[in-house]
Amino acid sequence: MTGSLQQAPGPFFGEFGGRFVPEALMAALDELTDAYEKARIDPVYTDELTRLALEYTGRPSIVTEVPRFARHAGGARVWLKREDLNHSGSHKINNVLGQALLTKRLGKQRVIAETGAGQHGVATATAAALMDLECVIYMGEEDTERQALNVARMRLLGAEVIPVATGTRTLRDAINEAFRDWVANVDTTNYVFGTAAGPHPFPAMVRDFQRVISVEAREQMLERGGLPDAVLACVGGGSNAIGSFDAFLDDDSVRLIGCEAAGDGVDTGRHAATLTGGRPGILHGSRSYILQDEEGQTQPSHSISAGLDYPGVGPEHTWLHSIGRAEYWPVTDAEAMDAFRLLCRTEGILPAIESSHALAGAITLGKELGPDATLLVTLSGRGDKDVQQAAEWFDMLPGGDA
Amino acid sequence: MSALEDRIDEIRAQGRAALIGYLPVGYPDVDTSIAAVVAMVEAGVDIVEVGPPYSDPMMDGPVIQHAAATALERGVRVDDTFRAVRAAADAGAQALVMSYCNLMLSRGYDRFAADLRAAGGVGVITPDLTPDTGQEWIDAARAHEVDTIFLAAPSTTRERMHLTVGASRGFVYATSLMGVTGERASVGDAAAQVVAAARDAGAARVCVGLGVSTGAQAAQVATYADGVIVGSAFVKALGDGGDLAALKAKVAELAAGVRGDA
Repeated sequence: MTGSLQQAPGPFFGEFGGRFVPEALMAALDELTDAYEKARIDPVYTDELTRLALEYTGRPSIVTEVPRFARHAGGARVWLKREDLNHSGSHKINNVLGQALLTKRLGKQRVIAETGAGQHGVATATAAALMDLECVIYMGEEDTERQALNVARMRLLGAEVIPVATGTRTLRDAINEAFRDWVANVDTTNYVFGTAAGPHPFPAMVRDFQRVISVEAREQMLERGGLPDAVLACVGGGSNAIGSFDAFLDDDSVRLIGCEAAGDGVDTGRHAATLTGGRPGILHGSRSYILQDEEGQTQPSHSISAGLDYPGVGPEHTWLHSIGRAEYWPVTDAEAMDAFRLLCRTEGILPAIESSHALAGAITLGKELGPDATLLVTLSGRGDKDVQQAAEWFDMLPGGDA
Repeated sequence: MSALEDRIDEIRAQGRAALIGYLPVGYPDVDTSIAAVVAMVEAGVDIVEVGPPYSDPMMDGPVIQHAAATALERGVRVDDTFRAVRAAADAGAQALVMSYCNLMLSRGYDRFAADLRAAGGVGVITPDLTPDTGQEWIDAARAHEVDTIFLAAPSTTRERMHLTVGASRGFVYATSLMGVTGERASVGDAAAQVVAAARDAGAARVCVGLGVSTGAQAAQVATYADGVIVGSAFVKALGDGGDLAALKAKVAELAAGVRGDA
């Protein structure tokens, strides 16, 4: 379709994206791009991916209307796209199965990945176990502490987890370390990148693997009376959001809203709201928005959610922001945690703290639009991994105030 | 011909390879790092590379990561890089900067090139910027007569080698191995192959970096390359204590190496 914004091929999205990496990685990125371009039109590959989605991940994921929750969102109709019900607990599996299958096609036996909250690490360890690949996960030391259960989970699945103690000891340092591993081991190793950021082909490829979210959801909403007025998803690097937006990009009536982590508040400086508080630059291989100081040094980000605690954002989001097709709203830790508790108590669904940022956005938008509006929120992951942290936040642990 | 190219040719006419020494600016503190640059030149470095520390040094191993983090904690600024460039030039060396591209982009490519030139610098090595995405930088550098030095790796294809050689001025930086900066027990065969491939693609001057830390390794690399680039070994010798004597001793060892005296 002429003029479609869907499935933009990269390497550039407007002036954003590209491939700013050491020369040593260029051949591997070319090889990966080439393998992906061939695989995506090869029925042997696409049929296997479809079979895995059906019989392993449990796709299509359902949509659930949440009327008791919606009473707190201006009475709008609110639907959740339930990526939390996927095998391994989040949307990350959609991407990882695609990249792990590609690793097999490349003839490589080892995968590496970065992880923040652990969702992508768990998904990668899952796919590696399924496909008999050696698996090493890099995770910031601070994140291994706040997500200790996911570390154990990855180890149970047979992966080696390497805590990264440099820099801010979070996702961004895990990515640096994964790139260092890759440049030394690129002959045998494929880097299974977790989000729609990084050098080409990752932003476009990860988006393609996550696009299934919006393709299914659009169909599901049409069956239930029509397109929603808005689609909301949380944005760290932005893979579930770009997957949630893509099939709706040409539906001009559908607002697309990415909810960034505003931490303690954008004006406090302790946040991870890159499109709200950042400016253009180059980080981790692509040109996008970055939280950086006036000299170009990356600034530490902050969010209660390890999965959103990243000072960059995928280049396609920056492009959508620049052309005005998508909006990016800051959501604070406190707003996200209120939405987390509200969904637990009104619907019996325990969301990931990451996804709770999108729920908070829906509460705000619902109040603005009122009962005639229909909102679709991507529930990107489940909150089992967040129980300890949430219980501490709400002071619910035994020996607390009880 | 640029001043850097002239200098490399002059050294080659002496029947030896050039010694190129790298130090991050601000480690262990700004003044000591500038004194260390001068000490390197006095002890036998021909060409100096100074690096503005960057928060996310994706190509660096533990030694340079530690140095960069220390310098940033102590408040080093990009402006300090140009002070170090000035000191290296005044000491009689050709002065280069090796910088991750976001620091250059943030200052503005044009201003970065102009500031370098004003400080007496002659070229920039860009570890995370390749000719494909580096055209804006190349244009700015050409306008200010700053040499653009790009990296070639063992994984560089024939086609990419032509691109790299075509866009490079001064010399081509051949990385001896697949990996990050840091000392290695030996410099493998890959280095000689990268140099040969670069020469086949038309490179007039090729220098080898990554993993070179001893006089013997320098002597070996000097048999086929126009220059030997040493970073981590010098940074380690300087250390948290800023030991200029240890640095000079290490430089002297490598300077003997590039003359085949190891």
